[in-house]
This record gives sequence, C-alpha cells and structure tokens, in this order.
Amino acid sequence: MEQKTKINAGDGKQDLTITRTFDLPVELLFRAYAEPDIIEQWMSNPYSTTKILKFETASHGGYQLESRDAGGKVVFRANGAIHEFDPNRKIIRTFEMEGTPYGVQLEVYQFERLTEDTSKLNMHVIYESVAQRDQVLALPFAQGINMAHNRLEEIVSKQK
Amino acid sequence: MNLRRDVFQAIADPTRRAILLLVAAQSMTAGAIAAKFDTARPTVSKHLQILTECELLEQEQNGREIYYHINAKKMKEVADFIEPFRQMWDDRFNKLESIMKKYKTK
Repeated sequence: MEQKTKINAGDGKQDLTITRTFDLPVELLFRAYAEPDIIEQWMSNPYSTTKILKFETASHGGYQLESRDAGGKVVFRANGAIHEFDPNRKIIRTFEMEGTPYGVQLEVYQFERLTEDTSKLNMHVIYESVAQRDQVLALPFAQGINMAHNRLEEIVSKQK
Repeated sequence: MNLRRDVFQAIADPTRRAILLLVAAQSMTAGAIAAKFDTARPTVSKHLQILTECELLEQEQNGREIYYHINAKKMKEVADFIEPFRQMWDDRFNKLESIMKKYKTK
C-alpha cells in the first residue's frame, strides 16, 4: 500500500519536504491550521495537552503555543511569525521551540485540492543548517531506540 | 583484534544507545556526555571511541573543545533513520484527518 505521508530529506541538505494526502476537502484541511480550538485538538495526545496562547493569522502576525503533561507541567513552548496566510492555498511561517538548540525553521505549507473530497498538503521546511536539520530528523529515531530499550529492560527485569 | 567495529555490535550496548540519544538531541563534548552517566569517565570514553570508530558519531573541533555529533548517513544504514520521523508525522496527520471528518457538513 502506498504511504500517505512521505518525507523527502536529501543527504547534506538543510531542508526537507513532508507531503500527505487527506480524505478531506481542501477547505477542511486548511481549517485544521486556521482555527486555534481545532489545532489544540489534533496537536494534543494522551500524554500532553496543547494550548494556543497567541494566534494572529494576518500576514506578519505571530503565534505561540505550549504543551503540558498530565500533571500540568509545561513540556515545551513554541512560537513563530506568520509571513503569509492565504486561505485554502498557502501558509508561510517560522517555527521555533523555545529553549532548545534546534534553532528556527522556515515552513512553507501548500494546500492543494485534488478532488471534491481529497486534498494534499506539501510542507517545505528549511533549517538553519544541515546539522540542525539532521538533529531534528534524528530525534524520533533516538527516542524510538531508547523506548525499545526501556521496554526490553522491563521484560528482562520481570523475568528475573 | 579487529578494530573495524561492527555497527550493530556498537548499538547493542544500552549505554552506547543512551549516548546516541543524548548526542542526537545536541552536539556535546566528551566531558558533558560523561557527566550524564554514573559510569567512570574512561568507560564513557571507550564507548565514544567505539561509536566514533564505527562512524555513528563524528568529532568536530570547535576551538579547544571536541564536539561529538550524530552521523546521520551512517545511522541510516543501521535502520531506516527517517522512518520514526515519518511515523510521527503520519500519526499526527491521521489524527488531524479523523478530527476534521467530524466537521464535514452532514
């Protein structure tokens, strides 16, 4: 089966693309990026709740959001400037995780209508350097090997 | 003894995996890495040597300090390095899609 989400990250480059097709009309896909209460819903997960602190979608506006764990502790805060906000077509914004070494990234979102009920999102993300892009790319991988290791330890310790 | 270390042997060790995790998040000096572990400093140095020999880590001179950082190219040989990143986005988009389907006009 063809994967719905595709990543294209060339070696030695400081950018990457993320593309995804949705069983949603392009208007609904765009709404998921345009309404704070909807963003909060899909960005939250069983471990953390995302809250939008600031959201100004006009060109040259800005946004800020934070995620808290179940105990109410802030896991991370992120912010950015909105450069362009063109409904159902395009968003250009920056994204920066506050207090982390990952720097600022420039994000270009292109929303494309495929059919009446399907659409496509094309995200182009440009990082400050090749090293920073590779770090961001490596994070889920590193977390994955660590989680696998923790699970392994759990299993082993139960057998003792 | 064969000095060309096998990558799989290198990541079989939990301390070395923990080092990779640390360095994946941020380039670090040997001292900063050692400070995160209870293990003796020479033991950590040995782990860093092994990870560097099999090219999972790269050294970079920055002034007087040597920083270790992840060699993404080599990591890709070990596993599909990008797959967890793709999976994370796929999960996020799946959630977005299922939430937005509820907003469809009935």
